[in-house]
Amino acid sequence: MAKTVLTFGPQHVVFPEPIQFKLKVEDEFVVGAEPVIGYVHRGIEKAFELNELKKNIFLAERICGICQSPHSTAYVLGVERLMGIDAPARARYIRVIINEMNRLHSHMLWFGLLGDAIGFESYFMQVWNYREKLMDVLEKITGNRVTYSMNAIGGVRRDISDELQKEINRVLDFLEEALKSVDGVLRDYTMVKRTKGVGVLTEKEAKRDGAVGPTARASNVPYDMRMLGYDAYCDLEFKPVVVDTCDSYGRAVVRWKEMFQSIELIRECLSKMPPGDIMTKSNALPKGECVIRVEPPRGELFYYLKGNGTKNLERVKVRTPTFANIWPTITMLTKGCEFANVPVIVLSIDPCISCTER
Amino acid sequence: MPGMISLILRNLFSKPVTRRYPFEKRAPFPTARGQIVFARMKDCVFCGLCMRNCPANAIKVDKASKTNTLEPFRCIQCVMCVEVCPKKVIDVLPDYTKPEYEKTEIKFVQK
Ligand code: SF4
Ligand code: SF4
Repeated sequence: MAKTVLTFGPQHVVFPEPIQFKLKVEDEFVVGAEPVIGYVHRGIEKAFELNELKKNIFLAERICGICQSPHSTAYVLGVERLMGIDAPARARYIRVIINEMNRLHSHMLWFGLLGDAIGFESYFMQVWNYREKLMDVLEKITGNRVTYSMNAIGGVRRDISDELQKEINRVLDFLEEALKSVDGVLRDYTMVKRTKGVGVLTEKEAKRDGAVGPTARASNVPYDMRMLGYDAYCDLEFKPVVVDTCDSYGRAVVRWKEMFQSIELIRECLSKMPPGDIMTKSNALPKGECVIRVEPPRGELFYYLKGNGTKNLERVKVRTPTFANIWPTITMLTKGCEFANVPVIVLSIDPCISCTER
Repeated sequence: MPGMISLILRNLFSKPVTRRYPFEKRAPFPTARGQIVFARMKDCVFCGLCMRNCPANAIKVDKASKTNTLEPFRCIQCVMCVEVCPKKVIDVLPDYTKPEYEKTEIKFVQK
């Protein structure tokens, strides 16, 4: 049978962002895939070097629209380490709260997109409706729905008042109930049919290809940067969610469980948050180099920073989770999956292309 | 999906959760970072700190003509300028910048 090359993307209904896969197909089955990225390269790493330290926080946030809070967290953690300062305890808890709320709304967004991709529109709208409550409370805390700008070098910029803490608790209670009311999606016949056994990535392959985030954790690899205990994670009860089904269904289950885990983590943070300062002031300039790894909703985020004792950094290297997950996706695709399953497989890693290309 | 049918039916017969936007607006949250104004220009000493700390280069401070120029469509509402201003000249308002046909500049002149 002759092979045909079909291009999937860069404009495709399941992708909100441009990425192309050149798929070699035999009949209905994919036998080869080649990713083409670079459509939305913005030169952010270079801009980091030209910009000043404080202004870079806002640049880091703009690498990714959904997981901007982990980006700025990684950046400020790196700069703090190079400057030799530590954020106060309360600031570290606030960072965790914002990061976990970020994960929660990102996973809800993903579930909506999953419903949309398999043609389940009302589920999509329902989940996004619940998500709106979370966005509102995030806007109340930080001042903006999407770009929080909470992190600063040495701490956070806004405190969470007692009133807001109560409000967060109320929204979390609501979300817990609301999400439980739509959890039938994971037992739904169509959903299971479309995702179970689709996009298989075995434990060995996940380790070989360097999968990160929910993609790795659905293949029974307990790889979660929160275990490193950055910020306040070292004080929290945290165990990564691991599932061993190794397929798209497993990835959905991991995200589903992580949402409830995030709710628990935020509650724990709110109850343990110590009073006190939210900012450590320092005039030190960063010198030396360091590597920071944090866990955004999509997997491990890697920052390398090099400072030379001036107020500009010499080099900033960012590796985003989707970049690490592209190769595992190719492995999943080239196992002879059906062409109709390609959108589900690509969606199952929760691709974020703009941040991949920075 | 049977579990969701009751939910869907309830949604069908209840009020829409969305607002009819241009006619019906939600009041902005008081803590929102909506837009920047140089509210107390009479206090400004034209030190230029706001200009130097703005990550989007949205502010121009001109000491000679005693004018601060803000480009609202460059501004990313990060509120850095509000934090660094020694004279607390700048305010942040909770409602968002209105859409416009042209990207205009706003001039604030000290009288
Ligand atoms: S920082 Fe404040 S005082 Fe200084 S130029 Fe800007 S508005 Fe004027
Ligand atoms: S809010 Fe930020 S971007 Fe806007 S003028 Fe002030 S410093 Fe510049």
